[in-house]
Amino acid sequence: MSPEVLSTPVVDTVKTPDRARTRAQAARRRRLLVNVVRVVLLVAVLGLWEALSRAKVIDPFNFSMPSKIWDQIWTWVTHGTALGSLGEQIWYTLYEALLGWIIGVVAGVLLGIALGRIRLLAEVLGPYIKVLNSIPRIVLAPIFLIWFGLGPSSKVASAVVLVFFPVFFNAFQGAREVDRNLVANARILGASDRRVTLQVVIPSATSWIFTSLHVSFGFALIGAIVGEYIGATKGIGLLVSQSQNTFNAAGVYAAMVILAVVALVAEGLLTFAERRIFRWKPTGSDS
Amino acid sequence: MSAHTSPAIELRGASKTFRTPSGGLHTAVRGLDLTVERGEFVAVVGPTGCGKSTTLTLVSGLEEPTEGEVLVAGEPVDGVGDKVGFVFQQDATFPWRTVLSNVMAGPRFRGVPKAEAKQRARDWLARVGLAAFEDRYPHQLSGGQRKRVALAATFVNDPEILLMDEPFSALDVQTRALMSDELLELWEGTGASVVFVTHDLEESIALADKVVVMTAGPATVKQVFDIDLPRPRKVESVRLEPRFIEIYREIWESLGEEVRITRERGAAHVA
Repeated sequence: MSPEVLSTPVVDTVKTPDRARTRAQAARRRRLLVNVVRVVLLVAVLGLWEALSRAKVIDPFNFSMPSKIWDQIWTWVTHGTALGSLGEQIWYTLYEALLGWIIGVVAGVLLGIALGRIRLLAEVLGPYIKVLNSIPRIVLAPIFLIWFGLGPSSKVASAVVLVFFPVFFNAFQGAREVDRNLVANARILGASDRRVTLQVVIPSATSWIFTSLHVSFGFALIGAIVGEYIGATKGIGLLVSQSQNTFNAAGVYAAMVILAVVALVAEGLLTFAERRIFRWKPTGSDS
Repeated sequence: MSAHTSPAIELRGASKTFRTPSGGLHTAVRGLDLTVERGEFVAVVGPTGCGKSTTLTLVSGLEEPTEGEVLVAGEPVDGVGDKVGFVFQQDATFPWRTVLSNVMAGPRFRGVPKAEAKQRARDWLARVGLAAFEDRYPHQLSGGQRKRVALAATFVNDPEILLMDEPFSALDVQTRALMSDELLELWEGTGASVVFVTHDLEESIALADKVVVMTAGPATVKQVFDIDLPRPRKVESVRLEPRFIEIYREIWESLGEEVRITRERGAAHVA
């Protein structure tokens, strides 16, 4: 009995690398499985759509089908759209969304932190901001069209109003919820009020602000698209509205696909930037 | 003129009343008289939640007394001065700064040129044994290491007055004893006056020249005990000495009563 008991740990240590390898293999197999099922699911959904549409179970005129959508994208890529090259439309929408996003974010962060730090300002402006926030801001898009015309500025304006509020509220909250110990510590160490704002409040509010940046870039795209949809000379939103007016369902879907790709790329870039900025955070939170 | 003869810290009849969120008034400290001489290590003990920490915020200038006077080096306190260092109970290192940058923060806030601040910070990091960790971020350190960063960040400013609010209470027992020894070593080189708030009587006797017992809240000074144990002390060995035990018993008689009062009021759960 006892020799066996003694030998067990030895066997155990010999086996450890083996076990580690098995575990790594299992993890790899699992990842593979997840990816395979994902692809199968996508193919199944698209295939079903295509099949139902071709068999006329669903109306191909209204619902279109993946192959037609792909053809439409391909035509746009190779021959350009009715409005000019596809790249130009994407760039136009992206430019409007990006500009609106930047203006909205800068304004939101500045005002949010200012109100978070200066109590009087928060007390005076608080109710007005609440009222403005309660307006469904998308209805402002037609007004902006009247004010700023068919060019990009009306789309930028609607992107700004959509982006501003979530960013503002998060920056405000972030500035309010700064650890009071950190502020007290900075003051004891000799920081002036300005230093406290710049070197304590803003860094600790960044994680709050970044959360809102993800959401708000989506809002900026919505603002630009809706603006274009209502009236524009260029852009993906106009592409959607033109396709709709010519009863080209495939065109609407194709524009949606392009938008999704654009949004995903932007999201990826933002996540990348976030990782660089938040190197000081524990790694557990970045998954 | 009087600046050189006046005590480091003087509280004269200081009171502090806070407005509670429910609208009532809460008196944390009432009629507090306390004098800390230059270079003296004073420990303040009292039941939990009695207003010990408030005393420190009054001396630091983070809060103003509602009544009475607080003098630092003979001058009334007006806002946060540059003579004071404060080690907080909770972690107060800046999580987005590296260890080195954390220790540099104080001198940088006070307008010391970058190169000099860096050199002074490195010097203090070496003294607390963290020279090899200067590029780490606080979350990559243990609780004891983070406390060392806080100590270095405080000492690098050369404070004449060092306020410590239960600085080691979040640490495990072994780390705590170690940190107490390190604190004594660091302090002995500086000549700073220390006010060390704790609810741990053993810790206070092992560290201090003078132990101040506070009453149950609102806090006032109940009794002051001189600790005549020789220096340099080692925390782990000094508490086994007969004289230590004698002092402990004497102070506990005074402190125990206040703890009982606090407990009877049902305030014990505030801890």
